[in-house]
Amino acid sequence: MSTRSASVAEPVLRLRGVRRAFGEHVVLDGIDLDVAAHEVVALVGASGSGKSTLLRTINLIERIDDGEILLRGQDVSDPRVDADDVRARIGVVFQHYNLFPHLSVLDNVTLASRLVHRVPRAEAERQGLELLASIGLADFARAFPDRLSGGQQQRAAIVRAIATGPELLLLDEVTSALDPELVGEVLALVRSLADGGTTIVMATHEMAFAREVADRVVFLDAGRIIEDAPARQFFEAPREERTREFLARFLAD
Amino acid sequence: MTETTDARDSATAWRPSAIELERRAFRKRQTGRSVLVSALSTIVLAGLLAWALIGSPGWAQVQQTFFDPTVALASLPRILEGLWLNIQVLVAASIGVVVFALVLATLRTLRGPVFFPLRALAAGYTDLFRGVPLIIVLYLIGYGVPGLDFFPRMPVAFWGTIALILTYSAYVSEVFRAGIEAVHPSQRLAARSLGLSHGQTMRRIVLPQAFRKVTPALMNDFVAMQKDVGLISVLGAVDAVRAAQIETAHYFNFTPYVVAGLLFVLLAWPMIRLTDWVSARTRAREQVGSIV
Repeated sequence: MSTRSASVAEPVLRLRGVRRAFGEHVVLDGIDLDVAAHEVVALVGASGSGKSTLLRTINLIERIDDGEILLRGQDVSDPRVDADDVRARIGVVFQHYNLFPHLSVLDNVTLASRLVHRVPRAEAERQGLELLASIGLADFARAFPDRLSGGQQQRAAIVRAIATGPELLLLDEVTSALDPELVGEVLALVRSLADGGTTIVMATHEMAFAREVADRVVFLDAGRIIEDAPARQFFEAPREERTREFLARFLAD
Repeated sequence: MTETTDARDSATAWRPSAIELERRAFRKRQTGRSVLVSALSTIVLAGLLAWALIGSPGWAQVQQTFFDPTVALASLPRILEGLWLNIQVLVAASIGVVVFALVLATLRTLRGPVFFPLRALAAGYTDLFRGVPLIIVLYLIGYGVPGLDFFPRMPVAFWGTIALILTYSAYVSEVFRAGIEAVHPSQRLAARSLGLSHGQTMRRIVLPQAFRKVTPALMNDFVAMQKDVGLISVLGAVDAVRAAQIETAHYFNFTPYVVAGLLFVLLAWPMIRLTDWVSARTRAREQVGSIV
């Protein structure tokens, strides 16, 4: 794992003092985080700790109240930056898949290529079919999403997010809405992406998976980073008392 | 593979039990009784109505003035000619309504302070035109606008079409808006996260789903407009209603009105059935797996 996190000159993602509050409620309270190329970072923490909000600020779906978000050195939190251009460089997968129900699986996968990156339809569809074949969903290319199981929908949603070759992939609790027997196939796909060198930031409740796949684990509590450590160290020898409490609660469940 | 063979095996092996057979017999008896009861009650009701109508003291007089077959046949060509104008107006107005209503609905869903005037204008428009009776809009547009001497001279049917578009767009834009707002925000979120612009998200993601949700309501508005095209006759356009009026005056007989009414029903009927069918199908899909 350590070979993958070998430092590249410039991090893909750099957060500096990111703050977000809803009225009195401070959701993100000065977040500093670097993510290097090909690195897999797991965000863990209780519900409401700010994991999802943090992911949403990164692709500019959520506005920030202070701080900076740098994507390959460019400050994308600057309001003068075109948010659509930034979002096109970042892939996002949601808890509830959010596939477009009125479009075929293939159209879901190729939509961004065709509309945002102006890839000709034939070329986009060739790439899309290739991607769907690689996850065993080629037979469903012309089907509509409601014909697929939850696990298949989520895998299609992941393929949709990576179809345009984004610089960064954000996964927001991608297995939380799935029946237990369908979790495995989705995690296997995420694992293969990680092994293939995709830079990933994922919010997750799957501790075993975080331990296995992530290079680093970041523990959030009440909008602050409590601990940011290599995965092995995080689970075997956490430095912070609060991390130990959190892990103990998870192991007890 | 194994699943299908399993299913076939169990299908050949299974025979309905005595309990199931008894239940089926019971359901069959119930169905037979229902059909009988509904047939009987229909016949009784129809008989009562016919007896009351034909038995009324003035029936012979009414039959002569409203249901005279010779007058009906003689007036039919003129009324059909008028109906052709109604159909032309209907087609033009439908297209106009869809376009203008979409613009209005989109204006009302725009966010951001810059768009406040447009939003307010669209809201005020729909409030106003849903409140004003169509016939008054027809008079104002049909007689008022040409009086401005600003536009070239147009046939009255043209101004009637404009009035229909103005009124119906107000209703239909509200239907569209309801549809747009019924599309879950997560769809918009997913589209924007892929880098689609606001406009692309509306065109490719939100509107297609909104259309599907409001199709039955839209078709219902279309059916309503189908008969309201007859109101352009108040401007003097010789449509089916106006033609019937002329024929009525000619024969001193009201039968042409009945003929025109029947023609409008015939015109609307396929759409009414289609609307019911689409609504039922939508309902069936949403309530799949339920018998209540």
